[in-house]
Formats: sequence, structure tokens, C-alpha cells
Amino acid sequence: MSDDVDPSRKRKIRLVVALSVAVLLAVALIYTSFSASTEAKEPSQVRTTAPGTKTEMNGKVVPGSIKQVGEGIKFEVEDRDGGGALPVTYTGAIPDPFRGGREIVLTGAYEGGKFVGEPESLITKCPSKFTTNASESASAGSESSGSNG
Amino acid sequence: MASVGSVLLALAFFAAAASAVTAVVWRHDDGRVALARRGVYAVFFLLAACIVIIEVSFATNDFSLNIVAEHSSLETPMFYKLAAMWSSQEGSLLLWAFVLSVAASLALYSTRHKLRDLVPWATAVMMTIGAFFIGLMLFAPDVNPFHVLDPAPRDGIGLNPLLQHPSMMIHPPMLYSGYVAWTVPFAFAIGALITRRVDAEWIRATRRFALIAWTFLGFGLLLGARWSYSELGWGGYWAWDPVENAALMPWLLGTAFLHSIMVQEKRGMLKVWNSTLIVATFSMCLLGTFLVRSGVLQSIHAFGNDTVGPYLLVVIGIVVIGSTLLLISRLDELRSPKRIDSLISRESVFLINNLLLVGLTLVIAWGTFFPLIAELFTGNKSSLAAPWYDKYTTPLAVLLVLFTGIGPLLAWRRVTWASAKRVFRIPVAVAALTLVVLWAFTDAAHKPWALALFTLAAFAITGVLQEFYNGAHARQKISGGSFAGALFAVTARNRRRYGGYIAHIGIAVLLIGIAASSSFQTNENVSMKPGETRVVDGREFTYVRPYVKVDDEKYTIGAIVRVREDGKYLTTLETSRRFFRPTGAAATGGIADYMAGEATTEVGLKTGPLHDIWVTVAPNVTSVQHQLARADKGFKKCVAAGPGTPAQCKDLNALMRAAQANPKLQPKALETIEHLQLLSAEKIARQYVHSNAAATFKVIINPLVMWMWIGGIIGLIGALIAVWPSRSRRKGALVRTEADELKEAKYREIRDAELDHASGKLSDEDYAILDAELRKEAVEILDTVGVGAGTASPRPGRAGLPSDWEGGNGNGSSNGNGHHPDGDGHTNGNGNGAPGGPADRDR
Repeated sequence: MSDDVDPSRKRKIRLVVALSVAVLLAVALIYTSFSASTEAKEPSQVRTTAPGTKTEMNGKVVPGSIKQVGEGIKFEVEDRDGGGALPVTYTGAIPDPFRGGREIVLTGAYEGGKFVGEPESLITKCPSKFTTNASESASAGSESSGSNG
Repeated sequence: MASVGSVLLALAFFAAAASAVTAVVWRHDDGRVALARRGVYAVFFLLAACIVIIEVSFATNDFSLNIVAEHSSLETPMFYKLAAMWSSQEGSLLLWAFVLSVAASLALYSTRHKLRDLVPWATAVMMTIGAFFIGLMLFAPDVNPFHVLDPAPRDGIGLNPLLQHPSMMIHPPMLYSGYVAWTVPFAFAIGALITRRVDAEWIRATRRFALIAWTFLGFGLLLGARWSYSELGWGGYWAWDPVENAALMPWLLGTAFLHSIMVQEKRGMLKVWNSTLIVATFSMCLLGTFLVRSGVLQSIHAFGNDTVGPYLLVVIGIVVIGSTLLLISRLDELRSPKRIDSLISRESVFLINNLLLVGLTLVIAWGTFFPLIAELFTGNKSSLAAPWYDKYTTPLAVLLVLFTGIGPLLAWRRVTWASAKRVFRIPVAVAALTLVVLWAFTDAAHKPWALALFTLAAFAITGVLQEFYNGAHARQKISGGSFAGALFAVTARNRRRYGGYIAHIGIAVLLIGIAASSSFQTNENVSMKPGETRVVDGREFTYVRPYVKVDDEKYTIGAIVRVREDGKYLTTLETSRRFFRPTGAAATGGIADYMAGEATTEVGLKTGPLHDIWVTVAPNVTSVQHQLARADKGFKKCVAAGPGTPAQCKDLNALMRAAQANPKLQPKALETIEHLQLLSAEKIARQYVHSNAAATFKVIINPLVMWMWIGGIIGLIGALIAVWPSRSRRKGALVRTEADELKEAKYREIRDAELDHASGKLSDEDYAILDAELRKEAVEILDTVGVGAGTASPRPGRAGLPSDWEGGNGNGSSNGNGHHPDGDGHTNGNGNGAPGGPADRDR
């Protein structure tokens, strides 16, 4: 910018340019976040989604349901407050804390009456430092955790 | 003990609340303000006593305390017993309040002779927050650390085995200290706003606390990442999880704050920005604490049992709304008449870096809270995964590295093109060379962002190294000696500047590690039987053999893996999965317990400067579990000694009956049963080893990831150098006043300009103008504060000016100290430096 431009005008122009860039970036951010996001549903809601729709399922592993099948595992997941148990198949790394009674987050799709998890997408919530209590340990303890692929 | 603890906690609450009220109501009364300060010390001692009581209860297995029963057990090792306190919600709250009392005590002690009008308000802010956290423990449900169980259980639940890792024990208090230490600059900022003392005094008084908070938070983040990488069997160090983001956001804002306060200190600008930043940083710290506990967002860190979330939300609301209103009401005082002189100056680069850091924080905040936002607008809980974060954070990080490189090369206020060209020449050449070499000889060309980051990191690191070289070279020219000695001296005498530079190198190296390991990682799952070999990324991985170890505590199923590279032996790795027997209420007492508890993965890791080889095993344990269950049934039959059981079973049955009749025999019976169970488990283990069962291995080749940790440690060292007090400060810390601080700040500026001139960043003409301006400002300060006003020692020379300033011609180059990078008095002829001058002061 040439030196003969009034400094306050120069500042205003800079401010307008900076704000425009910020607004553009914010719009891009908002737009892409809605298109890139994955819906999070509980098992009972997953049953109502169109087959093949990519979904992030949050729920609790049904104690005693974990079975080894070939390279992968199958288990059931229910809503956090119980009910709506849905069969799940999954192949890939299994996080250490994965076991019956634990909350998981799994990305995948509802197909043919079951939820097919994407490989390597299983997240098990950290067995909380703050929630370890007798009842949880007891329910977890009744479930074998060694069902690894 | 518990009742004593409860009383102490209640007293701490009272002391905190009373200090807050006293400090404000009697703020004009020196005696009462001092009393309030002593009240803060009292809070510290009372909370320290509470912690001692809890630690003694942990050490002595006092399971009558709920906190001990839930987080420790008879078997828990002593180290983890002592660290288990902050594994609990109530223990974390106690730690929060305690660290706050430490920080508040230190801050008030160091400012007890200055900022007279501001300190009472800062005391009130810190103690109101303190009283809130202590009050939570006393009045919120289920978070009293002195909650007593009646009757007391015989054994506790124990600490989750996943958390039994040294870094996991240090990580939470580090993050906490980071979060909490930001309270000090926040409280002083609020005090400054209320009393309209919006100059840089509050910044000078609390800068060190901000730096300490930044360091703790950064170190806490690094430890968490390291634990995740080496302990959690997923091979990553960052998952963009809400709880991780919650700690990263205040760190990013804090980084911006640490830079922008320099602009306020030196130029008196960015006052609104700095006040806003510290409010935002502190709010983010509270928000982080809230996210960790409330469970409002889906996180892999599931901290349920939420009882304090709603209270925290109220406090966050008060902090944000109250601070914003206060800021708006003080806008007139905060506006600076000064403008940035030139776009090519250090302050303008700081401003750009600030915008980038805030932008980065906003992106992460948007991603973190997106599930709530989406639910609000669409009714569905949607979340954003790592690729979304990467898309925005990568370019911002690359730009940050660019400006991190440019900043140190520019002088304050103004830079001419000629001097800019001079200092940019070598860093730009090195960056260009890096670009060409990486483009021609590596795969980096396929990953443009990574390539850009490597190139710019090379530019930033070279720029900082050049700064060190120029500084040391200039000093060597003056005072002789070795180059290494000059390098050490120039760093030691300008800790703040060079400590910051070292932190820059650390961050650049850390980002190189992140870029390389995230862009060029190979990650494969392979299934192998013992003796089989698979090739991953050109390296041969052979499953040599399985092994099983059984002890009272756990069942370990592992694998020995041999790695060969280019046909040559490289290393042998051992990886395993450990199954911990549940204790307490969760235990059933059967053999199957061996595999019924928590499981952890032990990573086989070969670390190297070029790449890490990371292997974990997921053994197929179905057969082991079946056999353990069958053994349990057989064992029960044996104990019942039904028809057809061997003679040993009849002996066992007899022993059990005898034990039932005579309690004295029970320990022997229990020991016998446990021994037999162990033998049985060991037999099953041997069968597994000989079964030739396949196992799945996760193999990750992680290039340059080691540099991430090294970079983090370099950054930490830099921060420690920057925060370390100078000799003069160490000696005179107790008697420093605002006048001292103000003068020192100006001396520092003069010395900075000298250094910039000596290292070629400032041309002779620019330096002459700048030096004259600074000296004029220094004389004004001395005239304003008066000779020795509040100073600890008499200053030689006229009107308080250091002797080597007298007759200064405003040029600096012709009076012999222009090329005087550390101003240590060698040129003023008295050999000991002018006390109080820029000469012997910490920069």
C-alpha cells in the first residue's frame, strides 16, 4: 500500500480484509463440520437407520455376549440405560479396557439385522479412575475379557 | 483421623472465604490486607495437613476411608498407594484446592511489597475460587475425601492396572498444576481491571506463574501422549478426544498469552487482547476440569459419577460473563494510543502468531463442542473425527512454524529490508536446501503438508541457532574466552530470550516428529502362528514363540517376535497381554478369575532416531478361557470329593471340612486351594504354549516419532531456563518493588536492542533511533519514580541512572557499549558492572 494512504483508512482496510478472511474460514469450518460429522446413535436408534448409513454407535457391551469368530469378534451392545440389544461384528484391534458392561463407541453401519463395525474403529471408554466401584467391578468381573481377535 | 480431616477442611474453607472477604472489605487497611494474605497461607497449611492425613490413610491401608477403599488395596504397591489419591474425584478436587493455595501463597508472598491496590482484589479472586473448590468437597454429594465407611471393608478395590504406570501417576498432577497456576495471572488481571491499573505491572508480577502454568500443562500433555503411545495398545498418542482437547486449548491460548504480554510490556499495546486472552485461558482451564467430570461429551475418558459438573458450569458462567462485563467497562483505559510501527517487526509477527493460535483453539473448540452444537440444530448427536481436525489444524500448525521462525529474526519496533535480508539469508538457504533434498530423496513430495512443515521447521531451527551464534559471537568479541563460554554466558544472562528460543527449537522438533509419524506411518494387523514370518514395510517379522507366565496377580500371555531388516537381524521384541485377577467384591474365587479382570497390553517397542518399531499381540485366548472354566468345574467336583475322584481330592475335602469346623485352619485351607489353582492354571498355560495357536499382531512402523518426545523435552528445558530466576532476583526477590520492576523492564529493552544490533538484526541507524528513544523513556521512568524510590540498594550516578548511562549520547554505539550484548560492565571501566544498570540485570 502506498504511503499517501491515510493511516486510519489503511487500518480500516486491513480490519475489513482480516474480518472477511475470518468469516470465510468460519463458514468453511461450519459447512465442512456438518458434512464431515458422523451421527452418534444408541443401538435402539441404529435399528431405525437406513441400511448402509455410516453411523457412530454408542452403547454398552452386553456382559457374556463376546464371542470369537475367526479373525474377529461378535458381541451385543445395548443402550446405556439398558434394552435395545443389537448384535455387532467387528474385526481389528481391541482396546485393552474392552469387556462386558463397558461403554464403547464403534463406527460402522446397520446391515442385515446387525451392526457391522469398521475395522480399527472400536473405542472403549477408559475404565474411569472416578467410577471404579464395587458394583461396576462386580459386573465387569463376571465377564471374561479375553475375547481378542 | 477422618474427623480431624473434616475439621481441617472446614477450617480451610472458612480461612479461604474469610481471606476473600477481608481482602476486599478492608482493602485500604494494610494490616487487614496482610491478615488476608496470612489467611491464604493458613489455607495452604490446612490443606497440606488434609493431604497428609489422606496419604497416611493410604499408606496404612485405612479402608474405613471411602477414598482409600475405592482406590487402593492391600496388594497395591506403596508408590501407587501414595499416588492413588488423585485417581479419585474427591482427591482431585483436594489437589486442585491445594495447588491453588500453593500458587496463591507464592504469588501473594512475592507481591507483598508491591501492587498495593491490586493485590487485595487478586487475593479475593484466588480465595473465592479456592473456597469454591473446598466448598464442593464439603457440600456437594459424594466428593468429601473424608467420607467414612461403616463397617470398614477388609480390603479395597485397588487401582486400575491400566493406571499403574509411573507417567500416569505424574500426568494428572502436572495437568492440574497447569490448570490451577493460570488462576494467578487471571486473578491479577481481574485485580488490574477493577483498580484500573492496566499497565504491565500485573503482567510482570505474574509472568513467571503463567510460564510455570504453561510448562506444567505442556508437560502433562506430553506425559499423557507418551502413556497413550507406550501403554495403551492402540499405537497412537493423540486421538482428538474431548478431554485431550480440553487440556490442549488452554495451552494454546496460554502460548499466545505468553507472547502477547511481551508486546504489552515493551510497547504498552494489546491490553484488551491480553486481558481477554487470560480470561479465555482461565475459562478454558475450568472448562477442561468440567469436561473431565461432567460426561457431557462422549469421551474415551469416561469420568462418570458426576456430582460437581453443574456447579463448575455455574462458576464458568460467572467467570466468563463477569470478566467480559468488567473488560467492557474498562475499554477506555485499556485502549493504547500506540500503533504497531511496522508490519515487519517482532510485535506484528507476535500478533499474527497470536491470531493463528487463537484460530487453532477456535477450530479445536468447535470440533470438541460440535456434538452439542449439532444436537441443538439437528437433534442428532454427531461428532467429528480426526480427519476433520487434521484438515484445519495442519495448515494452521504449518503457518505457526513459519512465524515461529520469523519472530526471533526480527527486532522490536522496526526492521529495515537490508537488515532483514541479512538475518534471513542463512535460514532461508537452509530451508530451501531441506526442501530440495527431501523432494529429491524421500517420499515427502507425496505429502505436501509434511514437506512444508519439515522445510519451515528447518527454517525456524536454523534461525534460532543463528541467533545463538550471533549472540555468542558478539559476546566473544567483547569479552574473549571460548565460544562455548560465550554461548553459555549470553544464554545465562538473557534467560528469558534464549530460554524462549530453546522452547521454539523444541516445538519445531516436536512438530517434525508429529508430521513424520502421522504422515508416513505404516500400520498393519498380521496373523501368525509360531514360526511364521510376515513382511511389513520391508521388514520381516517372525513370531518366534509364545510364552505364558502365571502368578498370583495376573496371567500373562506373550509372544517373542524377531525383526529382520534387509536380511539382517535387527531386534527381538517381547509383547504380551496381561490379565489381572479381580480383587475384592469382583473376585469369584475360581480359577477362571485368572482371565476375568482388567487386561492390559505390553507393547514391544524398539525406539530409534529414524523410526520406532511398535508391536502388540492379541492372542486368541478362547481355548485358555474354556479350559480355565472346565478346570473350575473339575475343581469344584474335587473339593466335593464325590465318587470316582482321586485320593488327593478326598484329602482336600477333609481339609475343607476341618477348616469349616476350626477357623484356625482356614488360612491353610485357603493357601492350599490357591496353590492348587495356580498349578492348574500353569498346566493350562503350558498347553497353550504347545498348541501352536495363531495370534494377531499389530505392527506399526513410526518414523521419527522419537523426535516428538525429544522436542517436548527440549521445549521443557527452554521453559525452565526462561523461568529460572536470575541471581539478582534470587537475592533480592523479597524486597523488589514496582519501581524496581519498571526500571528493569526498561533496562531489558535496552539490552534487547543492543543484542539485536550486535547480532545484525538492527541497522546502525535504526539502533541509534531506538536506543535514543529507550534511553529517553528510561530517564523518564527514573524521574517519575524518583531516585531509589522503593529500591533495595542505592543507585550510583545522577538521578538514579546507572553510571554507564551518564553522558550517554543516545546512540550507544559511540560510547563503547553499543556492541555489548550482555552489558556486564566490562566497558564501563569499573570492572564490576553498574549495579542496577542493564549490566547485571536479568533479562
